[in-house]
Amino acid sequence: MEARTKTARRADAPDTADTATPAQLGPARLTLQVSGMTCAACQARVQKALSSAPGVIDANVNLMTAEASIAYDPRAASADALLERVRSTGYGATLPLAGGDALAEQDEARIREFRELRGKALVALAAGAIAMVASMPLMAAHAHLGLGAAADPFMRWSMRVLDPPLARALPWLYAIPQRAISYGLLVLTTAVMAWAGRHFYTRAWAAFRHHSADMNTLVAVGTGAAYLLSVIATLAPGFFVARGVPPDVYYEAVVLIIALILVGNTLEARAKRETSAALRGLMQLQPRTARVVRGGAEVDVPVEQVEHGDTVVVRPGERIPVDGEVLSGASAVDESMLTGEPLPVEKGAGDRVIGATVNGTGAFRYRATAVGAESVLARIVKLMREAQGSRAPIQKLADRISGIFVPVVLSIAIATFVVWFVAADAAPAVRAFAAAVAVLVIACPCAMGLAVPTAVMVATGKGAELGVLIKGGEALERAHAIDTIVLDKTGTITEGKPAVVDVVLPEPAVVQEDRLLALVGAVERSSEHPLAAAIAAHAADAGAPALEVTRFASVTGRGARGEVLGRKVSVGNEAFLAGEGVDTAPFAEAAAALAAEGRTAVYAAVDGALAGLLAVADPIRPTSREAIARFRRMGLDVVMLTGDTRRSAEAVARAAGVPRVVAGVLPEGKLEEVERLQAAGKVVAMVGDGINDAPALARAEVGIAMGSGTDIAVEASDVTLMRADLRAVADAVALSRRTMRIMRQNLFWAFVYNVVGIPIAAGALYPALGLQLSPILASAAMAMSSVSVVTNSLRLRRFRGA
Amino acid sequence: MDVSEVAVVAGGVAAIGWVNWYFFLAERRKAAVAAKVGATGVQQAVIRVEGGYSPARVRLRAGQPARLVFDRREDSSCSEEVVIPDLGIRRFLPAHQRTGVDLPAQRAGTYEFTCGMGMLRGSLVVEEE
Repeated sequence: MEARTKTARRADAPDTADTATPAQLGPARLTLQVSGMTCAACQARVQKALSSAPGVIDANVNLMTAEASIAYDPRAASADALLERVRSTGYGATLPLAGGDALAEQDEARIREFRELRGKALVALAAGAIAMVASMPLMAAHAHLGLGAAADPFMRWSMRVLDPPLARALPWLYAIPQRAISYGLLVLTTAVMAWAGRHFYTRAWAAFRHHSADMNTLVAVGTGAAYLLSVIATLAPGFFVARGVPPDVYYEAVVLIIALILVGNTLEARAKRETSAALRGLMQLQPRTARVVRGGAEVDVPVEQVEHGDTVVVRPGERIPVDGEVLSGASAVDESMLTGEPLPVEKGAGDRVIGATVNGTGAFRYRATAVGAESVLARIVKLMREAQGSRAPIQKLADRISGIFVPVVLSIAIATFVVWFVAADAAPAVRAFAAAVAVLVIACPCAMGLAVPTAVMVATGKGAELGVLIKGGEALERAHAIDTIVLDKTGTITEGKPAVVDVVLPEPAVVQEDRLLALVGAVERSSEHPLAAAIAAHAADAGAPALEVTRFASVTGRGARGEVLGRKVSVGNEAFLAGEGVDTAPFAEAAAALAAEGRTAVYAAVDGALAGLLAVADPIRPTSREAIARFRRMGLDVVMLTGDTRRSAEAVARAAGVPRVVAGVLPEGKLEEVERLQAAGKVVAMVGDGINDAPALARAEVGIAMGSGTDIAVEASDVTLMRADLRAVADAVALSRRTMRIMRQNLFWAFVYNVVGIPIAAGALYPALGLQLSPILASAAMAMSSVSVVTNSLRLRRFRGA
Repeated sequence: MDVSEVAVVAGGVAAIGWVNWYFFLAERRKAAVAAKVGATGVQQAVIRVEGGYSPARVRLRAGQPARLVFDRREDSSCSEEVVIPDLGIRRFLPAHQRTGVDLPAQRAGTYEFTCGMGMLRGSLVVEEE
């Protein structure tokens, strides 16, 4: 199914940046976010300041959306100058993040929510402390009646430890008539419920109308019942006294429950925001402006206006604004933030650079090739958002439970009340009531709902930081179970590009090595064979001068000849040199040794004399050996697939440390090999380049495509590596294993917490130990349980690779 | 057992019965509300988000793109995101705003959508014409 969607965030949202003008000299457009405008006069002031700024053609400030749309001449004004212009009027101005405004808005909502919750929690806590102190005289007055408070450890403790010193410190408090204290608490509690706890009741009611129930329902019913009872006891104590029930009030419990749950929600809101920190970090990598050449001059334009084909100028230390190809200049670029590659990558003319990476000490110009949504960064962000929106199969269990959780808890609370009422030895109504409220407020469906998604969020973000893009929760979950890693040889274990690895000269030498390379390089430069290209490149790398070749001729697949500096040069395989009348016998032994190592021998002759033997091989990536050793330490079977002959395949496998080789595999045979392993009960991860092994990647439990940092959306793969480094596969598997462990812990604790907590709150320990939880302690436990789940998921942020 | 205890037991049993009836049985599967084809020719449905989704079942035609407009009338963080797991969509819904979510053409079937934590639920019933 096609899972790609294009979305307008808001039906009525204005475009943040109009598509830029195609002409190099036309006006540029820009939308700024302006903050602090509260009235039409503010709007007019900003508008006036912008309209009168040099280079501005048109400016339009919208008070409702807090945005300013500006058309300006990029040669006379820059985005920074316009920002300054707005700021000079005393209002705030920022450039919108390219494509990031939805996330920024979500972020803002989270921060707002956090601040609001924190404010409410602090006020409610203060009110709770006052209510607690004020309740002491009331409880002390009732204590001699032999009521149920003694069964609750928290109340027992507070009566024993707090009451006597309080009575000494605040004797006047104990002198206030109890009725007056009750009325004071009634007012305080009502205020806390109506302000700090308001959303519990409105949301519970909204859910109730939909025949659904959530955490708010439990809090609302629990505190609501305690409040109603207290109000009746305050206004009409006679109602209770007449029925032999003491007119107890629970105001301090109501206020403290609300306060503690708000504290939990506050911590949870902050922790939840942390789970998307990696994604936010990626989006913030995007520079806001770019320096491009327009009409012969370098101008700063917002990055949204950089067009395909624009020439972009990058100075030392700057962040590269968009993807492109280097035209001139050279530098080393730090790509670690996108690929996880720790060392800077050398870039020269013709090399690709990726937007959001950081230029080193050189300067260069490059041609923009991918901008906006096509850019590597935008595609990574999109992939990550999709991944974070996906579900891990393990969540199904939590979903099934949370669907029925709240009504079941309500039923348990009612049953608790009935059992206590019938069975309690003393003060049945009071204890039954306290136990039922404790059941309601200790139950925590949130912890179960958060257990898996928060871990998926943190893990996919962590993966991206390590240069490992995981397609979603399902891929993440499947990767933990693999026991076999199948590696494609060419381009995966090896570089995928042949290179000269050795040069052998005869005794005595016909020409010296650098001379030989210059002669051979001249001939091979004119040839089109991949081996010839490798030799020519080696000669150039060795600093050989580029000589001219005449009378060039090549025999496809065998070799080439030509005249360089008046000398006859022949390069080719054994048969080709023999055809040229050259005796290759002196190198027979060396050639056999090369073949045993899986290398290709290329002979060279100068003026009919055998002058050298060049060993060409597809070199093993320097990181492969270490990565394969890690796989084996992790207990994974490693299998290498290649189309090479058995002999050369085994040579590579030995060098890379791969224990099992399947040689002579045709491209379509890779799929069969994966299926064969699966039929043998193996859980297979297939690693390849995603081009000629797509079917095998798709068939494997986990398909891992090794990208080059520029092609990230490999369709067939579950995991895409941003750098050609097998160690990242080990990271991916280790991350998956760790994430699964965290998810299981989360689910286990969330589940056990409820399974253990609810019976204790209901009084299961009372018959044996005489222990009963107060509603206040129950609410503290509930607040901590969801916080602990999110905090546990955040531990994944400390993952540092396999 | 005295009279009050009998009354409490009877009341408790009745209350449990009512709770389970109300949350599990009372909302029998309501008929799905069909999306309307607007001026642009795209089928569109407005879903109100307030303590739940209404309508919670939306009928779409298969093989045609669709647009869901989520009208979020609250600021409860529970409903701040809508997730359509099968389509890989997770979208933030700003409070007190309408947020459009465009869906590509789908094959017939039922696709669930939920809030970010999976507590609120709704479904898209995609049918052949």
